[in-house]
Amino acid sequence: MAVDHEHIGHVLRRAGFGASASDLSTLEGMSTFETLAYVMNVDDQPDDVDSKIGSADYINVTARGPFSPNSNIEDARQRWLFRMVHTRRPLQEKMALFWHNHFATAYSKLAGTFGAIQGTKMMALKEGELPGPQGQIETFREMGLGSFRDLVVAVAKDPAMLVWLDGRTNTRQRPQENFGREVMELFTLGVGNYVEADVYAAARVFTGWNLRLVGDPNTAAGYYDFSYIPANHDPTAKTFTFPIYRDGSKTIPARAASDGMQDGIDFITALATHPATAERLARKMWNFFVSEDIPPDPEYLRGATSIYLGNDTRIKPLVQYTLQSRWFQNPANWHARYAWPVEYAVRAVKEVGFLGFSVDNMRAPLIAMGQTLFEPPDVAGWELGKGWFSTGAMLARMNFAATIAANQRFNLATAAANAKDSPDTFLEYFLDRLSPAPFDSQPLDAMKAYIVDGGAWTGSTAQLQSKGAGLARLIVGSAEYQLM
Amino acid sequence: MATSPRISRRTFIRGGVSAFTLSFAAPAFLSDIARAQGAVARNLVVVYLSGGNDSLSTVIPYQDAFYYSRRPTIAVPAGQVLQIGTDSAGRAIGLHPRLTGLREIFNAGRLAVIQRTGYENSSRSHFQGYDIWGTADPTLKQSEGWLGRYLETAPPDALLGWATTQELPRALSSRDVSVPAIPNVATYAFASPNVGAEAVRERAAATAIASHLPDDRAQLAFVNKTAQEAFATLDRVASVATYAGSIAYPNNGFALALRTVAGAMVRGVGTKVFWVQTGGFDTHSGQGAAGGGAYATLMSTYGDGMLAFYNDLRNQGLLNDTLVLQYSEFGRRITENGSGGTDHGAGAVMMAMGGGVRGGIYGTAPSLDPNPSNPTLENSGGDVKYETDFRSVYARALDGWLGANSASVLGGDFRTGAPPIV
Repeated sequence: MAVDHEHIGHVLRRAGFGASASDLSTLEGMSTFETLAYVMNVDDQPDDVDSKIGSADYINVTARGPFSPNSNIEDARQRWLFRMVHTRRPLQEKMALFWHNHFATAYSKLAGTFGAIQGTKMMALKEGELPGPQGQIETFREMGLGSFRDLVVAVAKDPAMLVWLDGRTNTRQRPQENFGREVMELFTLGVGNYVEADVYAAARVFTGWNLRLVGDPNTAAGYYDFSYIPANHDPTAKTFTFPIYRDGSKTIPARAASDGMQDGIDFITALATHPATAERLARKMWNFFVSEDIPPDPEYLRGATSIYLGNDTRIKPLVQYTLQSRWFQNPANWHARYAWPVEYAVRAVKEVGFLGFSVDNMRAPLIAMGQTLFEPPDVAGWELGKGWFSTGAMLARMNFAATIAANQRFNLATAAANAKDSPDTFLEYFLDRLSPAPFDSQPLDAMKAYIVDGGAWTGSTAQLQSKGAGLARLIVGSAEYQLM
Repeated sequence: MATSPRISRRTFIRGGVSAFTLSFAAPAFLSDIARAQGAVARNLVVVYLSGGNDSLSTVIPYQDAFYYSRRPTIAVPAGQVLQIGTDSAGRAIGLHPRLTGLREIFNAGRLAVIQRTGYENSSRSHFQGYDIWGTADPTLKQSEGWLGRYLETAPPDALLGWATTQELPRALSSRDVSVPAIPNVATYAFASPNVGAEAVRERAAATAIASHLPDDRAQLAFVNKTAQEAFATLDRVASVATYAGSIAYPNNGFALALRTVAGAMVRGVGTKVFWVQTGGFDTHSGQGAAGGGAYATLMSTYGDGMLAFYNDLRNQGLLNDTLVLQYSEFGRRITENGSGGTDHGAGAVMMAMGGGVRGGIYGTAPSLDPNPSNPTLENSGGDVKYETDFRSVYARALDGWLGANSASVLGGDFRTGAPPIV
């Protein structure tokens, strides 16, 4: 990436999935501020990415029979990866991924409970394409920059979540603690801010937040929808160890079962506006957008929590504060975050090239790298940061670099032909096209030695093809490239 | 780790097995010869049941009337339970009906069942429980795993530990020892966009690039260290990929991971500690009735995989070198919930299996009487209270099996009350 593109590259790696050559030409000449405005103002860009699926000049999808991203989970994965590669609203997909990890829900339990069609619909249905409520990931796309409180309410009613954490079976006769526990432990407050008695009370709050079946669940037309069932709701008072209401009251009053949904609204409002939740979200934002190398600056935490609490728990001001902060802008924090596997793979495709490549070819490598979309390992999400880098997963990353480099061998050789004067110009071309963290001299020397290993540099077509693919593999497979 | 006597022993054993294929009195005998040759290299294999195993469905107090009254839907009928005897408190216990393989090993005297393990103020959080069992530290101050700390005491080697999972488990994390996570030996190989000599040149360059460990760039050095470990282990791991087992394993991820472990032992790659995991134990709903259903499937996976592993190791003469230790992050609530499942609980069963294990029943089953004063329960009679500190079991494995100093590895002396499983 050319020097004057570096700030744009930083913004797009963190707030999106990296910059392809065409992204860079769109943003060329923009200042950091303008780039941020472009990224933040999601609604100013068209939401037309799905209409590009199957068009020339875009990455391919692989259809096995009719392409069915609403009812076949592999196709849903393909559509989401396609969106990440080509969206004109990168922050929208980035936040969807962020919330997918935060509210981690796995397709396999849904499919195991209600079958593959309903499981896929619950995760990924795009509203209007089949009957039924939109899938969880569409909710994250729609609400990911809005009010966090509203988002948690939507999640509490989300059919996928009602299956995943068993809320569908939570009744007054037999309270079910799974959602009540995780909504505090993982979605909002964090461990240490509640006790077991709060878990029992929280389970009772959500009694009656169940599912109903509409139509035939074995067909794509049938669906499950949220349904509040007053008869299943526990109408008695629930007392917590922390305040639920602004007056400091810790008790949700007894109320008629017909009004019982208000229990959950009151409870979620209390959780979303709790200072522990504000701090937890701020820390997550720091790690996601700013740095995994250094802990959050106390001044950042103060600023971020007050922005969040002062804006009715809206996420967009929090993200905006983070991206505009001096910590985000500071070049010392560039390349200070370990790329998640999908971030890595999508960026590699955007930077190395995608013509003639299919998003489906990312599927098996992503499993080996440790991240299957719609299949987080458990409700706590993926283990981020260093946790991504087992030896097997690192090998899978290096091997994906080999896969995309081999696939783009001829495109790369053609594109690099103008840089064939010397090994140095050739190397410079690849370092410019891809966006690794800066290489120190030792690895740079290793790459220079590689270019002339096996014979003097002539710039022949054969050399451009073998050494070009080899260099792309070495750079994209390097540790420097894993830091975004 | 892979010393030459060890390799020659493997060669001897493998030749020996083919010579004695028809007589399976042979394996114990072969292993005795191997032991007599002084080539003892002990392994520890941890089998982790992820999600919080419902121990009361694994080891069932089938004569306790409260077991049936508190679990009207999911209780296993007494007639189906695989009886294994009576514990020291006089409580009759039996294994889940799908654990026929484990009963076979129990009857051979090579399975120890340790009831009611855990710790004070048991966490009901998966993630805390996982970390507490992983670090052997209920205060959560320790970041390194208990096995990672053990491996720090062994001579360094890139394959000292081996996790068959996608992610490295907390128990094997260490500041000084990098343990590879190798979920699939077949794909654990170097790929290049080029072929032949050019691919070799590329691997040399990639290895050189990864050798850069700058002090002032910690994240970069960390990733490069991981890449280095990958390169250092490629060829030895490849030797395991061809291992088919002396017997057929069930075709599921758990059993195939155990087959990989057996292969690594047979090929003598030098690994001291393996980690194998199987999930799905977070059974909040639909556990199944009358000994069938989802939980029964989990038990089949667990028990059948263990039996295949046991038989394979026996055939390979490796049983006496191997200790399998099974645990989970917590047990589950005694009373079933409204979804035909159970919520998060406390005390749980551990098991140990291997040629050196003193088989039998350790510890006592809880009385499931919900009376809040029942001393074998906690949480107002809701959950099983622990009796044996899980760290004492770790201590026994470390001291009595691996020859380590458990007090220094665990950061305290937990030997008191340790069940003498080895």
